[in-house]
Amino acid sequence: MITPSMVGAWTLFKKELLRFWKVSFQTVAAPVITALLYLLIFSHVLGSHVEIYPGVDYTVFLIPGLIMMSLLQNAFANSSSSLIQSKVMGNIIFILITPISYLEFFLAFLAASIIRGVCVGFCIYLVSTLFIDLPLEHPWIILAFAFLGSAMLGAFGIIAGLWAEKFDQMAAFQNFVIMPLSFLSGVFYSIHSLPPFWQKVSHLNPFFYMIDGFRFGFFGVGDISPWLSLSIVVFSLLVLSIITILMLRAGYKLRG
Amino acid sequence: MPAAVQFHDVSKHFGALQALDGVDLSIEQGEFFALLGPNGAGKSTMINILSGLLRPSQGSVEVMGFDVIKQYREARRSLGVVPQELVFDPFFSLREMLRFQAGYFGKRKDNDVWIDEVIEGLGLSDKAGTNMRKLSGGMKRRALIAQALVHKPPVIVLDEPTAGVDVELRHMLWEFIRRLNADGHTIILTTHYLEEAEELCSRVALLKQGKIIKLDTTANLLRTMHGKLLQLKFSGELPAALIPMLKEKNPEGYLLKLDEVSALEHVLVNLRQADIALEDLRLIEPDLEDVFVEMVGKSS
Ligand SMILES: Nc1ncnc2c1ncn2[C@@H]1O[C@H](COP(=O)(O)OP(=O)(O)O)[C@@H](O)[C@H]1O
Ligand SMILES: [Mg+2]
Repeated sequence: MITPSMVGAWTLFKKELLRFWKVSFQTVAAPVITALLYLLIFSHVLGSHVEIYPGVDYTVFLIPGLIMMSLLQNAFANSSSSLIQSKVMGNIIFILITPISYLEFFLAFLAASIIRGVCVGFCIYLVSTLFIDLPLEHPWIILAFAFLGSAMLGAFGIIAGLWAEKFDQMAAFQNFVIMPLSFLSGVFYSIHSLPPFWQKVSHLNPFFYMIDGFRFGFFGVGDISPWLSLSIVVFSLLVLSIITILMLRAGYKLRG
Repeated sequence: MPAAVQFHDVSKHFGALQALDGVDLSIEQGEFFALLGPNGAGKSTMINILSGLLRPSQGSVEVMGFDVIKQYREARRSLGVVPQELVFDPFFSLREMLRFQAGYFGKRKDNDVWIDEVIEGLGLSDKAGTNMRKLSGGMKRRALIAQALVHKPPVIVLDEPTAGVDVELRHMLWEFIRRLNADGHTIILTTHYLEEAEELCSRVALLKQGKIIKLDTTANLLRTMHGKLLQLKFSGELPAALIPMLKEKNPEGYLLKLDEVSALEHVLVNLRQADIALEDLRLIEPDLEDVFVEMVGKSS
């Protein structure tokens, strides 16, 4: 049985998908190109000097981290930019005056973010396999981290989109929260190569677990156990989702 | 039969500001109702509480018998809202936007026929595939009206539908809204043009500083606030016989208040007797601000 409420939530999800798909050059092609540039530069500069996991070429080591980083950033960008734009333009009211519930709103935005994140990640994977042979030790672990990671950042994007009232506040959030978290997460290195203090700091960064677990899926090796990473990611996702749902239920900065 | 819209003792504060103060109002199904009031009176606040964009600080509101908070799904399905601001989604074409909007209300593909009818009825057929960004102000206004109708709501609320709209379009919109009412929809519009309420609505609530200061049929209301203003321009003094009618002396000349049109006769006779050569004469419909000054003056 398809109820009107299901149609409502599904429509919102489709609208959110189409919103990024219509500008897929910016929302998919651009991040793929950025990731490939990183790959090109870092592997060229460091490729011959660094071997992080025995027998794994640096370039190969780099790819899963880059995929995950782009996936996370794009999942975040999807829900946060959609919300801030429709708040600034005022068209958020078109959704607020409908029977769509806060939970349906949450699911629709989250699902669209997951699709955007996974889509970007998958494109980077496809393009890089044209040049480089990438092992796939545990495909299910890869998929699990891809979905959980993009869901987590999708929820985080909703929080940021609800909180920010102007584009510059959103830019600040990107620059001072999302960028540091993604660069200090071990995308470009194994955290075992860091001094002990910075290793500890990295352990507080949820991005580290997502990237390490994701990388484990490819190589079957990681800095920590993938099950620990998985638990931490699931836990973080739950916490963020609850915060997001509570904010939506309260109509935080949406309904006065 | 439940009322189309019912406000029970509704108040709304924004910090220290009291935007609505104990509003009680019942609008019957099938009515054509106007909420009239100067800027800042609280008209949009009432509409936004109705549509769920704002929550009342006190009191409750029902649409077709459904509480707008406890039974928000049913209440919102019963309501179509045309917001005051010209908001739009720049990512989509008019038709896409309307289909999404209908979908949010649970409507499916079979509703597309109705959407095309609405597009046609508002004269937007040749713009259906055009991106919202590229529509003119008047077209965006019509698009907003179309958007409020996609789910065939029994109650339609228009917040200043003709603000900033040219005369031709205003009449087209009036005609369209009248037809909706004839088809059985309850219509509630807010306006600060007396003329609009007078032209369209059968009942009017006058809102001032968050309170309904008058609630009556349009006919009764107009009877109590009849009269027009007459702007005269000439050199010389106003004849003594006309001084009781003087409302104000302004740079243009004299502004007189006519209680009825026949009083014009009296003015012209007196001007002729005083040998005054008129340079200009203009009859002005009282605007709502004047009416208010008068109403509030009387009621206090
Ligand atoms: N979101 C808000 N925050 C603070 N004050 C508001 C808000 N919305 C409206 N107001 C104030 O409430 C009063 C009523 O506003 P409004 O309902 O928009 O009036 P109207 O639609 O009759 O012109 C005004 O003084 C306005 O400044
Ligand atoms: Mg208003």
